[in-house]
Amino acid sequence: MIFKASKLTAAPYILWVMIFIIVPMALIAVFAFTTTVKVDGEGNILSAEEISVMEEELAVYNEENGTEEELELDERTIFTLDNIIKVNDYLPVLFKSLWLAAIATVICLVIAYPMSFAISRVNANRQKVMIMLVMLPMWMNFLLRTYAWMTLLEKNGWINKLLSFFNIGPFQMINTQGAVVLGMVYNYLPFMILPLYSIMVKIHDTTLEASSDLGANVFQTFSRVILPLSMPGIASGITMVFVPAISTFIISRMLGGGTNLLIGDLIDLQFLGNAYNPNLGAAISLVLMAFILLCMSITNQLDNEDNIEGVLL
Amino acid sequence: MNKILFRLISLLFIAAILSLSVFAYDSGWDIPYSDDVDWKKYSEENITINVYNWGEYISVDAGDDCFDVNAEFEELTGIKVNYSNFASNEELYAKLKSGGSTYDIIIPSDYMVSRLIKENLLEKLDYSNIPNFSKIMERYKNPEYDPTNEYSVPYMWGRIGIIYNKTMVDEEDNVHSWEILWNEKYANNILMFSNSRDAFAITCARLGYSMNTTDENELRAAAQALKEQKLLVQAYVMDEIYDKMGGGEAALAPYYAGDAIVMMEDNPDLEFVVPDEGTNLFVDAMCVPKGARNKAAAEMYINFVTETLVARENSIYIGYSVPQQDAFDALPEEIRNDEIRYPNLEDTLKDEIYIALPETTTKLIDSLWTSILSDVKSSPWMTPVMLILVIGLTIIINVRREIRKKNKIENQ
Repeated sequence: MIFKASKLTAAPYILWVMIFIIVPMALIAVFAFTTTVKVDGEGNILSAEEISVMEEELAVYNEENGTEEELELDERTIFTLDNIIKVNDYLPVLFKSLWLAAIATVICLVIAYPMSFAISRVNANRQKVMIMLVMLPMWMNFLLRTYAWMTLLEKNGWINKLLSFFNIGPFQMINTQGAVVLGMVYNYLPFMILPLYSIMVKIHDTTLEASSDLGANVFQTFSRVILPLSMPGIASGITMVFVPAISTFIISRMLGGGTNLLIGDLIDLQFLGNAYNPNLGAAISLVLMAFILLCMSITNQLDNEDNIEGVLL
Repeated sequence: MNKILFRLISLLFIAAILSLSVFAYDSGWDIPYSDDVDWKKYSEENITINVYNWGEYISVDAGDDCFDVNAEFEELTGIKVNYSNFASNEELYAKLKSGGSTYDIIIPSDYMVSRLIKENLLEKLDYSNIPNFSKIMERYKNPEYDPTNEYSVPYMWGRIGIIYNKTMVDEEDNVHSWEILWNEKYANNILMFSNSRDAFAITCARLGYSMNTTDENELRAAAQALKEQKLLVQAYVMDEIYDKMGGGEAALAPYYAGDAIVMMEDNPDLEFVVPDEGTNLFVDAMCVPKGARNKAAAEMYINFVTETLVARENSIYIGYSVPQQDAFDALPEEIRNDEIRYPNLEDTLKDEIYIALPETTTKLIDSLWTSILSDVKSSPWMTPVMLILVIGLTIIINVRREIRKKNKIENQ
């Protein structure tokens, strides 16, 4: 049997996808729909009350006989919908995360769009330099950059110190939702600029000239030529900013002070934090994934719509 | 030009590597270690032990004149130390429970030690490898969390109190009570523990309950009080407190005595008190978790940390109180008389040591804590608005797309 070369070259990636994407996703689904319970010898599931009754009985028994017996119960994993239902309690947090991530994405788009266009219009050498400048902050560790914002925004931080020279402030900047959004915008802006730039650099100056030759003014050129052509860049930029922004937890912890809990923090709490409950954590991430899927299909539609147009025209 | 630059850089690089090896660790601390232990036993075996400890909780990397526990241990024994930090007992628990990483030494607090014992996550120690255990003070032996003392060796102990900034807190206000952490005057100037056990314990102390309460109503009342306090809290922190209190970001915070001492050295405006209602007295103990790869080397490390002079230098640096009798006797007098570090016995009568709570209670606390933190104070209408927005947007996009498609087909 002869393998097609293209299939063979894709094999490492497919293996990668299988091991590191498909399997973990399946595990999340399994965790989300199961829970561990204690069972007695006959396999009957014991409630928390029954266990505490048994513990008390055993303690009495130990006291009477001077023994140190311990309660040993088997554990079993069973199917349950409780975890998913429990996510209900955290819907406000989920919506808050969606909301903040959406705001951050819009701000990123508004900042990045004109900027990427400007970069794509200068000569090739300057483009390289400017793109490097965009990437430059990413050479530094993500945590350090966020930490630096902490010292900037604090009540006795650099910004408030500077403002106090002009007798303004001090302002409460850190530990607010605004600070969280700022952190998201700052950290994820390059992920918006890069796809937009790589699409826009393909729009030739001649196309724009043709548009104005045919009588379009600046706004028409933008809405009829640049915008449709850059749509794929917008779609992938939105995805690349929105998805990490919605599941971030370190930004909200450092800049939000732990009082502005996001859905990422909640998942972190379930896995690594105080409330150790991987089943609930998996259920929350499952719900989050569904929301991300919805959002991505919306942005994909933005993209597709114009592809259809392009094909038909 | 470029070539010259390249050579220069590589030269610099080589020089850097060379200088590193020349200035390899040499402490200048000539400490006489106990000679009843064969410290070199594992020096040929190329062993690395993974030590997992609280942040800012050991004397390492702190400048020239400071005793570096891990480097000294490596120099003495030839065993490499791979050192990492956790921020709370619960984080440690989650790491152990989820498996994945193996540690040789962990340093949890009392109640977590007993929980780990209960869940069969600790190895029994071989005390013949830890002769220094005999120097541990009697009252820290056979503690409630490890009644037969088979699993743990006490590392440090301390108390929780309130650290406050003298310039920001009114003198009339009573800092000797947990009540001040609920004082609305200090809204947005209060920091709070970001771990559930400590947060609930001091709330219970304020309400007059036991810190180890298992009563559901009391815990729910405490959760309610924490929810009320959340409106005043600037941030929930653990080690971040160093920056925030040191920089004068906040006025009040409950924290551990040892860390408070270090912060007070950095910022002289800070002061530390233990409230009159009583507080938590905690003991952090060294244990070897199940699955440790080098148990004997780990026990050697435990023995080393319990060495009189090591324990002495370590406790002076980190500010916590040492449970080792000889090390305590060897401390400078002003430290031994420091009431923050070594309070009088009669002052500690109201203190409670955490005990392991039954699973139902920990579960309740965990879920209450999550609900406190995720309690969204703003806008109850956000959910419906958001939903309508999402659904509306989807419909608009889809309808528009359909209409366009139809138009295109009709036009053709």
